[in-house]
Amino acid sequence: MNNIFVYIETEGGKVADVSLELLTKGRELADRLGCKLEALVAGHELAGIEQIMARYGADTVWIADDKELAPYRTLPHTAVVCGVFEQEKPQIALFGATPVGRDLAPRVSSTLTSGLTADCTSLVIGDHTDPKGTEYKDLLYQIRPAFGGNIIATIINPDHRPQMATVREGVMRKAEVANPGNPEIKKIDVDKFVKESDLVVKIIDRHIEEKGIDIKSSPVIVAGGYGMGSKENFAILHELAGVLGGEVGASRAAVDAGFADHARQIGQTGVTVRPKLYIACGISGQIQHTAGMDQSSMVIAINTDPDAPINKVADFVITGDVMEVVPKMIKFYKQNSK
Amino acid sequence: MGKQLKVVVLAKQVPDTRNVGKDAMKADGTVNRAALPAIFNPEDLNALEQALTIKDMCEGSTVYILTMGPLRAADIIRDAMFRGADGGYLLTDRAFAGADTLATSYALSRALAEIKPDIIVAGRQAIDGDTAQVGPQVAEKLGLPQVTYVEQIVSLDDNQIVIRRRLERGVETVSSPYPMLMTVDGSAPECRPQNAKRVMKYKHAKTRSEVQEAGEDYMQIAAGKDYLRITEWNVGDIDADPQQLGLLGSPTKVKQIESVVFQAKESRKLTASDEDINSLMVELIASHTLG
Repeated sequence: MNNIFVYIETEGGKVADVSLELLTKGRELADRLGCKLEALVAGHELAGIEQIMARYGADTVWIADDKELAPYRTLPHTAVVCGVFEQEKPQIALFGATPVGRDLAPRVSSTLTSGLTADCTSLVIGDHTDPKGTEYKDLLYQIRPAFGGNIIATIINPDHRPQMATVREGVMRKAEVANPGNPEIKKIDVDKFVKESDLVVKIIDRHIEEKGIDIKSSPVIVAGGYGMGSKENFAILHELAGVLGGEVGASRAAVDAGFADHARQIGQTGVTVRPKLYIACGISGQIQHTAGMDQSSMVIAINTDPDAPINKVADFVITGDVMEVVPKMIKFYKQNSK
Repeated sequence: MGKQLKVVVLAKQVPDTRNVGKDAMKADGTVNRAALPAIFNPEDLNALEQALTIKDMCEGSTVYILTMGPLRAADIIRDAMFRGADGGYLLTDRAFAGADTLATSYALSRALAEIKPDIIVAGRQAIDGDTAQVGPQVAEKLGLPQVTYVEQIVSLDDNQIVIRRRLERGVETVSSPYPMLMTVDGSAPECRPQNAKRVMKYKHAKTRSEVQEAGEDYMQIAAGKDYLRITEWNVGDIDADPQQLGLLGSPTKVKQIESVVFQAKESRKLTASDEDINSLMVELIASHTLG
């Protein structure tokens, strides 16, 4: 009772990175609160999953293993998660902000009438006194950019449990624990929770695409913003990225304008990256974007506006036209790297 | 097919957070909504297109908009009518103010319980919140199956709809019986434009409150034209528990809002000159940041 639960997402038997990142964060929060960390896995053919959960610090592993639970479908997964939560009364429940987590978590929160905050960038334990003077100890502060990234909001759920949050992949770090224990395994009786009426949506066909663009693991990212002006102008960024052994990223405004593919979007509603070098080209630097790149080791900002917000997170600020600066970077890199 | 489907699109009028100017924040750090243009939430337009596609595929079906917001939100209902919707419902009342996603979903679900649609189509998320929670929560409140991240309606018949949806990496085709709710992804087709004939026909469509302000001349224009009436519902028009509405019905509370102030790094200023760029590249190579 009153523990922290992490919903573990699997695809083809493999655990999603975001679930492991949430276990790491959950472990930290559980130590702070003096409670247990419980992992809830719903899927099929999950042999050996408890060892992975143990390595990332789970004290308890709940396993619902049934062919109806893989691939993921909303209703049977909701039934399992709500069934366990109603019985175990967690104080905190964390989900990945993936298409699965963002489909499941709101459904669960509505069933349990509990508060849910999407796409948190930070989770912290803290106290709260409401306007009437009622004091609350050890609430989960759910911190996220809001309103298109123009403000940072701290959200709390004083009176409803579990306190629920989703977090995007790559936002939290994942780390194995030093001394993995032997977690307690609890098998879930799936038939007890999943009814026939939970199976009305049928999967007819499924096609998993090969991993395409992967900007997350690239050591160098050359990112373009709305200031690039056109899709054609992005070609120069691809050239620089090619020369430097990096990948091309983009701001949301650039993706919305059709300059770059959605898979390249960096920021709160895109991917979070931490490269060795981040070159921001024609990006103004709204928090929506900087939330996804401000942990880069080094940032170079190229912008015609000397007061662009991006400059505040940059180690080097080049005031100038991207179409002039980037070709020079290519030229001088080639000259000096030989 | 013999069945005629009643389709309701959940839509929201939102401040255009994508084009935030310098006057968008007030001195006290709160958002200056008046400085931002109010627009049809982009993914709700994708949703409207899917709804109109259903109407095209299934003759005799109807498409209505349901929106919750202030009186001016009737603008997006008219916009939708110009693009092909048959009409709309505006849910407006102070009792709904301050609602988080759960209280919003509850209010919408009570209105939908009156309308009783076969298919509810919503945008995946609104750009002023980016939560993607209202669709699934409405589905749960009504006990309906949900299909999220929809890109295309493959087919429909009297008993079920077949839909292609986006996965994190890939696509999936699913079938669902009616009634059901879907949320449409921004990668789905864009909405068809306004139609000039429809603009002429529906430009005088008004809600009850708008009619009261319009005066005598309007009464003559609208006489006998029921299609110009946009349904306006207040809290008394839906069967809702006041405890579950607005601020009172919202489990999440905002503890703190900070306007975004960047912590400035110690940054070095360079120009676009050959000397500056050359020395930068030399330094990056020497420090093994590159190469």
